[in-house]
Amino acid sequence: MVATRHDDAVAGTSTTLTRLPELVPDPLELPGSLAGLRAEVRDFLAAERATGAWTPRVDVWLSGWDEGFSRRLAERGWLGMTIPPEYGGHGRSALERYVVTEELLAAGAPVAAHWIADRQIGPSLLRYGTEEQRQAFLPGIARGEIYFGIGMSEPDSGSDLASVRTRATRVDGGWELSGTKVWTSGAHHAHAFFALVRTAPRDEKNRHAGLSQFLVELDRPGVQIRPIPLLTGAHHFNEVVFDKVFIPDSRVFGELGNGWAQVTGELAFERSGPERFLSTYPLLAALVGELTAGEAADAGTRRRIGSLVSRVWTLRGMSLAVAGALESGAAPELAAALVKDLGTRYENEIVDAARLLVDTPPDPGAEGGFARLLADAVLHAPGFTLRGGTNEVLRGIVARGMGLR
Amino acid sequence: MARNAELAELAESIFAASYDTDATGLDTAAWKACAESGLTTLTDPEVGGTLEDSAVLLEAAGAWAARVPLAETDLLGGWLAGAAGLTVPDGPSVAVTGSATGDGTDTVSVRLHRVPWGRALVAVVVLDGDRVLVLDTEDATVSEGTNVAEEPRDTLTFTGVTPVAAGAAPSGAAAELELRAALARSLLLAGAARGALARSIGYAGERQQFGRPIARFQAVQQMLAEAGAEVAAATASSGAAARSAATAGFADPATAFAVAAAKSRCGEAATAVARIAHQVHGAIGFTREHDLRLVTTRLWAWRDEDGNEAHWNDRVGELALRAGADGLWPLVTGRP
Repeated sequence: MVATRHDDAVAGTSTTLTRLPELVPDPLELPGSLAGLRAEVRDFLAAERATGAWTPRVDVWLSGWDEGFSRRLAERGWLGMTIPPEYGGHGRSALERYVVTEELLAAGAPVAAHWIADRQIGPSLLRYGTEEQRQAFLPGIARGEIYFGIGMSEPDSGSDLASVRTRATRVDGGWELSGTKVWTSGAHHAHAFFALVRTAPRDEKNRHAGLSQFLVELDRPGVQIRPIPLLTGAHHFNEVVFDKVFIPDSRVFGELGNGWAQVTGELAFERSGPERFLSTYPLLAALVGELTAGEAADAGTRRRIGSLVSRVWTLRGMSLAVAGALESGAAPELAAALVKDLGTRYENEIVDAARLLVDTPPDPGAEGGFARLLADAVLHAPGFTLRGGTNEVLRGIVARGMGLR
Repeated sequence: MARNAELAELAESIFAASYDTDATGLDTAAWKACAESGLTTLTDPEVGGTLEDSAVLLEAAGAWAARVPLAETDLLGGWLAGAAGLTVPDGPSVAVTGSATGDGTDTVSVRLHRVPWGRALVAVVVLDGDRVLVLDTEDATVSEGTNVAEEPRDTLTFTGVTPVAAGAAPSGAAAELELRAALARSLLLAGAARGALARSIGYAGERQQFGRPIARFQAVQQMLAEAGAEVAAATASSGAAARSAATAGFADPATAFAVAAAKSRCGEAATAVARIAHQVHGAIGFTREHDLRLVTTRLWAWRDEDGNEAHWNDRVGELALRAGADGLWPLVTGRP
């Protein structure tokens, strides 16, 4: 088109009336070449379900620990997809990985065992790890044999992560760790985690300085792992106590003193993925199944379903847009925070709708199906808007990005 | 939008130049500037713009509360006349559905309710079953009305008039007309939502209470962050629908789903953003003297035009229930 610049003076107005930072990257169109991969994953999942190897559940990336399933994914090349072949991975794109993970989550498949290692440890090792660390861990991650936890939060450091008190002191040949990490999902099964610890005294003027990450194998002497049962009594969380744990220099992760920047980078992979709006998707699918089983749904029901489906379609578009921006090297911190705030609240909206549209009480004792999915969703819902940064903290990040603080 | 920064800049410069908080009705200066730049016929093959270009233009028009029937003229009137092999006179136009009497070879009579910008149009393109009629608005009796944003929504009565042109409707015209109108409205809503948020952020930084700007209060920050998420959802959903329409066309079921979901999502965002914008502005935003109303009244008007959330949620809900438990996810992901 032919367009000429229009240069009239703007009397008494200013462009601040519409100026905003970019809230969400441009929509991303998945390349058509991914259709084959998606079909393969769907076929695999259908075959898995036919064997009854597992039952679809909600919140599977926290609670669906199934090492056999993780290894079957690995055999198909669907773990460590973005890890280069020289480290045992498959050299595929983040968008290919996105397609696989969203299919697994939507199906309610048990992905917890490999989830943290595949999502954030692999990329972090590639970015900050030494050659020896990469060789030691990446092939096992891609084979679905090495599992990781997250070692960030502490009893007195939740949202205020910079206040961590676990300390590392210099000793001959390495470091000695003392302190406590909490809410470590799967630590009782996992092989290792990255612990965020203080390696220099706290400086009130620069609270983010003096923090470092260590790659801690959880079978080291002095590491104690104790369960912190969820309100259901289920064991996913743990407290990990370090009592003078020796960590050799070869397990310093990244740069000493650079822990805050490294952790923030790790969180970027954590915040806007499909697990931030699909944790309860299997319940939505079951809800639609319930509503199509009986009489035709009334208008109010159809509209509620329509709203939920419009919302999940929108969230997926936003999450994909952030994934595309990450893939091209951008760091859309504001957009990622905003997707997680919106997505995790949406996970709760599904629970509310399911309760009210189908008059079946949640049943935690059911083998599977709607009543069981509803029960698990109700009981797991408080975690959705807490993990990976509370929604209030995320909104603070959004507010700062929009110039409010 | 980074994708078409030059077009966005051009559009915003035109709308900013003629921004007038007191005026109502057609902005003839902005219309002239748009026409000179080809923006009033952007998707006409001679100009060569795509629906994604339209998305950029309409989003900007919404953000500035521009008083120009760009969507009506280009995406509706110009499209339907062109698709029927007819020409429409130069100037503002629209396409609407109507039920006319008379066989069209001679004279026709029809009453058209709440025609967008009716009094300002040169022509109205009527989709009447399997025929398309181009009518000259000079021949109409106009009964003026408005929406809650004071935009013209007039009743046009044509009695025994000779159409400027008449022809056969292309197949699927009614479905496409509905989707085009809803897509355009979604993009305008996304823009108006951005305008309301930007004004609110600006105001929160200036307005002092308890000795500091209200933007410093966490309660205000949290509300505006929530509005930011809603604006992002509106932008993302309407943008994705425009892309689907541009690449797959309106006849593709994926576009029909995307437009329905986008209009629903943008309508829901409109309600939340308007509420938060007014809460942040306090009493001054509730007055005629403050320009916040230009965008919030449009959010309220447009969420109900071309199908409100209930209308489009019903459509999406029906598709979802038809897809069933196993078909729902493929419906959401589309291709590939």
